[in-house]
Amino acid sequence: MQLLSTRRGLFYTALLVFLAIAPWVFQWIDQPFYLDLLSRALILGIAAVSLNLILGYGGMVSLGHAAYIGIGAYCVGIPAYYDFYSGWLHIGLALSVSAVFALITGAICLRTKGVYFIMITMAFSQMVYYTFLSLEEYGADDGLVIYLRSEFPTWLSMDGAFSLYYWILGVLLLSLYFVHRLIHARFGRVIVGAKFNELRLQSLGVNTYRYRLTCYVISAMICSLAGVLLGNFTSFISPEMMGWTRSGELIFMVIMGGVSTVLGPLLGTISFVLLEEWLAAITVYWHLIFGVLLVVLVLYGKGGLDGLLGLMDRGKKSS
Amino acid sequence: MSDAILDIEGLHKNFGGVVATENVNLSVERGEIHAIIGPNGAGKTTLIAQLSGQLRPNSGSIRFEGRDITTLSMASRARAGLARSFQITSVILPMTLLENVMLAVQGTSGHSFGFWSPVREDGKMTDAAMESLTRVGLDNRADQLAGSVSHGEQRQLEVAITLAMNPRLLLLDEPMAGMGKEETGHMVEILKALKGDKSILLVEHDMDAVFNMADRLSVLVNGHIIATDTVENIRNNAEVQRAYLGDEHA
Ligand SMILES: Nc1ncnc2c1ncn2[C@@H]1O[C@H](COP(=O)(O)OP(=O)(O)OP(=O)(O)O)[C@@H](O)[C@H]1O
Ligand SMILES: [Mg+2]
Repeated sequence: MQLLSTRRGLFYTALLVFLAIAPWVFQWIDQPFYLDLLSRALILGIAAVSLNLILGYGGMVSLGHAAYIGIGAYCVGIPAYYDFYSGWLHIGLALSVSAVFALITGAICLRTKGVYFIMITMAFSQMVYYTFLSLEEYGADDGLVIYLRSEFPTWLSMDGAFSLYYWILGVLLLSLYFVHRLIHARFGRVIVGAKFNELRLQSLGVNTYRYRLTCYVISAMICSLAGVLLGNFTSFISPEMMGWTRSGELIFMVIMGGVSTVLGPLLGTISFVLLEEWLAAITVYWHLIFGVLLVVLVLYGKGGLDGLLGLMDRGKKSS
Repeated sequence: MSDAILDIEGLHKNFGGVVATENVNLSVERGEIHAIIGPNGAGKTTLIAQLSGQLRPNSGSIRFEGRDITTLSMASRARAGLARSFQITSVILPMTLLENVMLAVQGTSGHSFGFWSPVREDGKMTDAAMESLTRVGLDNRADQLAGSVSHGEQRQLEVAITLAMNPRLLLLDEPMAGMGKEETGHMVEILKALKGDKSILLVEHDMDAVFNMADRLSVLVNGHIIATDTVENIRNNAEVQRAYLGDEHA
């Protein structure tokens, strides 16, 4: 995307600049709660970016992605429970556990297609959900309190709302850039091609299963980082954060923002979190209104919010 | 053994009660264009599907360059040098012609675990893809979406894709289907130009085109091969005329 040369590009540039200075803006207007809200939105943004990699680019609709948020969060919570606070340990653990779990379950899920894939990814995530629900040692459904944030060298410390925010923003930007590179590299071309026509890709000599499985694992690993950050952000984790409804919300965020666009999912999550907050403040029936809005967007807003931004540029050209 | 690049022996395939391939024996010589003709539903596409690895035969064997490939996956066969085009155009519509052909170059040149360098900037791959597009006369359309070009051009793209895989044997399933007279003539020229360099197994309904370019012909009826011979001899074969060619060519 050519930043600055299109309105869409301008919008995203402005958004990124705002994200970079947001903590200072919120401090200036004395609204620390906004920083909380934005931090949460960006954490979900990381999860949405990871989901978009398989869902948007790869056509693999997973209804179990929240499981990886949960795995990431518990990879902070459980070591912390035993007084292991090393941040590198937490991240390393989250990446490896999610990778192994995704490799095993993905190997099975990817043998199915369409609705079956949706159902089986959901089944595996529910398995994780019930496993944590039954672990009395780690609080079961009462959850687990994390007393201290993951420890890093001073210059990388997560302590304090600002530092944590920039951690989140940093991980988000790295994920976005990584996905952007990936999609235009050999790997991404194969993933996108297989979404449109898997048989064709196989006839071209591509073992699509291997690449899709790898893609699934990469996506899960990125998503687990969102979990690590969420654990640190809420200081309280519970199985509830990986229920299938959470996975469903992630799908909505991706669709709302615009599937298979690099920045769309980020736009989707920010809008989702803001809208949820705003509607909940003005009416108790917000779930209903929210649902209707989503349906309208899915049915008529082809390309999601990112698609709407694109329309501004189309208008410009034809005028 | 003869100089065959492809050797099919006792191939059999049925879908439940429907026998689509019955004891098919066939060989394709190096450098020849071997055409398969036969009425609708004769089992031509099913045969191609088994040769390309999309379908598993119930019995029989397929040898490619002397090697048994009967149980090889579609992707492995493609990498081994066997390229297939689809009767029903099967290009990736939301991608440009160049991107479509580049995927073909990519699929047959090494693995695709490249996570960082943009494919677009890979000069060697772009050149190879452009060469195939030029060969079928689509180079000036390279940056258009496959979904936005004419049916005939999509058929040509189908052939460009198989060429880009740099195969030694092409399995072409009705490459001229739905093409106009002029486009068909153009495609015949393209395929004739490959003669000697590539071996081609060609399924085609257009008799004039087949008689014009094929070296040998096999006639498939109800899953059987009823005759395999040179174009000249097939033309004069009474059984074939009864079974397939009808009065028109008698
Ligand atoms: N997947 C399938 N399941 C069941 N029957 C099938 C299947 N594919 C093909 N057939 C049957 O096998 C027979 C051969 O079909 P095939 O498509 O190979 O014919 P064809 O010679 O390519 O015909 P056409 O000239 O129309 O392309 C037909 O009777 C068809 O109905
Ligand atoms: Mg057919």
